[in-house]
Amino acid sequence: MPDDGIGARIVRKEDKRFLTGKGRYTDDINRTGQAYAVFIRSPHAHAAIKAIDSAAAARSPGVLGIFTNADMESDGIQGGLPAGWMITNKDGSQMKAPIHPILAKGKVRYVGDPVAVVVAETYAQAREAADQVAVDYDVLDAVVDPARTTDSGQPQLHDDAPGNVCFDWEIGERDQVSEALAQAHHVTELKIINNRLIPNAMEPRAALGDYDTGTDEYTIYTTSQNPHVARLVISAFVGLAPEHKIRVIAPDVGGGFGSKIYIYSEEVACAYASRKVGQPVKWTAERSESFLTDAHGRDNVTTAKLAVDADGRILALWETTVANLGGYASLFATVTPTYLHSLLLSGQYVIPKIYSEVKGVYTNTAPVDAYRGAGRPEATYIVERLMEATAREIGMDPAEFRRRNLIREFPYQTPVILQYDAGDFEAHLDAALKAADYAGFADRKAESERQGRLRGVGFSCYIEACGIAPSAAVGSLGSGVGLWESAEIRFNPTGQVVINTGSHSHGQGHETTFAQLVSSYLGVATENVEVVHGDTGRTPFGMGTYGSRSIAVGGAAIVKAAEKIIAKGRKIAAHLLEASEADVEFADGKFTVAGTDRSKSIQEIAFAAYVPHNYPEGVEPGLHENAFYDPLNFTFPSGTQVCEVEIDPDTGTVTIDRFTAVDDFGHIINPMIVEGQVHGGIAQGVGQALYEGCLYDPESGQLVTGSYMDYCMPRADNFPSLVLGFTETPSPSNPLGVKGCGEAGAIAAPAAVMNAITNAIGTEDLQMPATPQKVWSAIAAHRPAAAAE
Amino acid sequence: MRRDAHPGRENPKMTITVSMTVNGKQVSREIEPRTLLVQFLREKLNLTGTHVGCDTSQCGACVVLIDGVSVKSCTALAAQCEGSEVTTIEGLAAADGTLHPMQEAFRKHHGLQCGFCTPGMVISAVDLLRVNPDPSEHDVREWLEGNICRCTGYHNIVKAVLDAAQTMRGTAVAAE
Repeated sequence: MPDDGIGARIVRKEDKRFLTGKGRYTDDINRTGQAYAVFIRSPHAHAAIKAIDSAAAARSPGVLGIFTNADMESDGIQGGLPAGWMITNKDGSQMKAPIHPILAKGKVRYVGDPVAVVVAETYAQAREAADQVAVDYDVLDAVVDPARTTDSGQPQLHDDAPGNVCFDWEIGERDQVSEALAQAHHVTELKIINNRLIPNAMEPRAALGDYDTGTDEYTIYTTSQNPHVARLVISAFVGLAPEHKIRVIAPDVGGGFGSKIYIYSEEVACAYASRKVGQPVKWTAERSESFLTDAHGRDNVTTAKLAVDADGRILALWETTVANLGGYASLFATVTPTYLHSLLLSGQYVIPKIYSEVKGVYTNTAPVDAYRGAGRPEATYIVERLMEATAREIGMDPAEFRRRNLIREFPYQTPVILQYDAGDFEAHLDAALKAADYAGFADRKAESERQGRLRGVGFSCYIEACGIAPSAAVGSLGSGVGLWESAEIRFNPTGQVVINTGSHSHGQGHETTFAQLVSSYLGVATENVEVVHGDTGRTPFGMGTYGSRSIAVGGAAIVKAAEKIIAKGRKIAAHLLEASEADVEFADGKFTVAGTDRSKSIQEIAFAAYVPHNYPEGVEPGLHENAFYDPLNFTFPSGTQVCEVEIDPDTGTVTIDRFTAVDDFGHIINPMIVEGQVHGGIAQGVGQALYEGCLYDPESGQLVTGSYMDYCMPRADNFPSLVLGFTETPSPSNPLGVKGCGEAGAIAAPAAVMNAITNAIGTEDLQMPATPQKVWSAIAAHRPAAAAE
Repeated sequence: MRRDAHPGRENPKMTITVSMTVNGKQVSREIEPRTLLVQFLREKLNLTGTHVGCDTSQCGACVVLIDGVSVKSCTALAAQCEGSEVTTIEGLAAADGTLHPMQEAFRKHHGLQCGFCTPGMVISAVDLLRVNPDPSEHDVREWLEGNICRCTGYHNIVKAVLDAAQTMRGTAVAAE
């Protein structure tokens, strides 16, 4: 039995190529005769396009073609990029999701909106020609503030979305919650801004379209988290070509974090242009283009209230949120602030009544889509800021206040649809308090004070619904797709295994983790397992990777396929061992006749299956099985984070002194990889809390934070070493008992950091990112006398 | 030849010949003078391990060694490297494929996820140990401030660099 199966901390199979410069990212791929695309983008946040004059540019050296929306439409490509979830409004009507064309049609709605594409023999020629394309704009007023965009008199983005409203949605019992708030012993109210973020996967987006005139087939290399979904959208919604004439390859992808789920204009335009110019066409984003046009994340403005009784027990929660969707409704833009957000508002607590209303609005900003956590960080931030603030207001220790309200019995039906299937919230709360040395906080705070510094501690107890998701459930909530996953296990005649998965790895380590499943289930060591992903030409249709779903859904599909392999192998083994099938057991990679030492290895069975000279009647040759797995429920990872900060009151600079995270991810396949996911998630959450904030100029709608000079990315020197721990309550909803770990860190960390800072400075009046200026100002406002000294 | 479809459109540009040693091999190419070192490596030599992650010399994905010193190759002209010795991520392992101790430490400590920042991160870390063979955690974090990683939270990168430092000091002592 190989020792590299489930639970083993083995190094990653994929690392050798990444460490030796042999990774193969989209921009590393070149095709013979390849031309280059440069996009003409709107310099205005909001404008009508009066004319596009490309005559001079067309005469520029090396230019092969210049294409606009009119060209695509005249070639029969009438569709656009869809919103993936339909949201039903309070009044029963459907949301307004006007068409999002590949290239702007008549109007531009954000700075960076693509208007035309220039294709030339070299990149430099395309750049030079692009400068000569003259677009005549009629500049319109812009609106970028989600809180103002629905006011009367504001500029209107879409004719068929009056008042710039995409949807106006609610969940929960408004009147009952209202009444509970009115009668409560204490109500805490906070205004909460969930700052807009720019995802910044380190690999800029790229695409290479290659049209084959012999087969009428498009091959599109692209930086995607879900190549099959990309193909489906490009075929069914954009209308480029029938699905079987498109092959999408997402090779090594340098990080996604949600921003590479969405299907983008550029990949479609490169494919289209390739057909038009008769050459492969390549585009790679400059980082400036990434800032302008990658789908952004978050951007919610919320008012939230939490009501408690005299014993510190929660009675009800209310929240009203305005969610900025940007200029168009993107793929997951509408589900993120609704079902992925409001359904998590119960947190880890017994909250008898919850009401949430969310308005999704259009503004002249880049489209917003899922970003690590997608809705769940926003919900966790609301719940956990409220919990901490309430505890302080009623004079209870914040850990104790949480403990008093924890859900302890499972399954637990929340008032907002979800049923939590398993968990032990107190276990990770206790473990985190211990690992963070919460008991020693008072001494450390006193020491900081002696040195003229402020010290604070903050908690964040999160729960998330991930492993998305049961198809029927999401279908009933408006999803346009099912959210199952696929897997194919193929034995070679000589006994190695190929797994073709519909999941996609862009850093998560599937090539290792999925191989570990095969090691445990089929007894084939990971060195003899190859995991193939990211190519619609090689893998079964699959939904891709996001929502921490790869192991819970994609992994479960592999288990299902492995079970079929074992079932077929048992028939072959029974024949070869001259035993009845019922007497053949499978363990450790061997089929054995029960109670004997007669056995056949799975490699021998694979060989027999491909060389079936002595073979059971009625059994097909070959050892190759497929499975599609549709999960029974979401999975519910949960955990407790404790952040301790020290603040220099003279400068407002926040230093994270300690950061502890204890998570319950159910069973863990590779602890090393899981820890890495948590580290990275925490860094992104800390980034949101302290550093990152996308800003648009409120008048012009220009992106102010359009480079790494202006948008503050978390760096190595912003962190201490992180302290992690794990508790384990297996998920009963999938055969592996796993829950998913990719988003947890980012979901929980913003609240932990902000609760620590507000604890240190003694005021709740602080919004993310807590830059030194904001923290200093908050200190000054809270202690005017001290600041004036 | 499809290019013949547009006779006369080639923009005649002055080219220069640049010669340097890259990963131990002498190379010489005709290039436009404006060619950046990173373009030279990726497009002329097909050494695509060196990545471009930004356009403001901030991210560090493109770091290579020029005459042993780490440099952001998006900010150097290839012409400036005439006669230099350049080492990229492809040239770090031994000829027999044995990984450099820094590469090995990144693998052992899971110091990479998507792999995109990794070449620059590894090369920068190699240069740190040249300058400071026994860095503290603080030294490592300060040094790597010019390399952005979005995946790892830097935790395991720092562990890897500290471990590689220890390994390499051990090797250096043993070799004396």
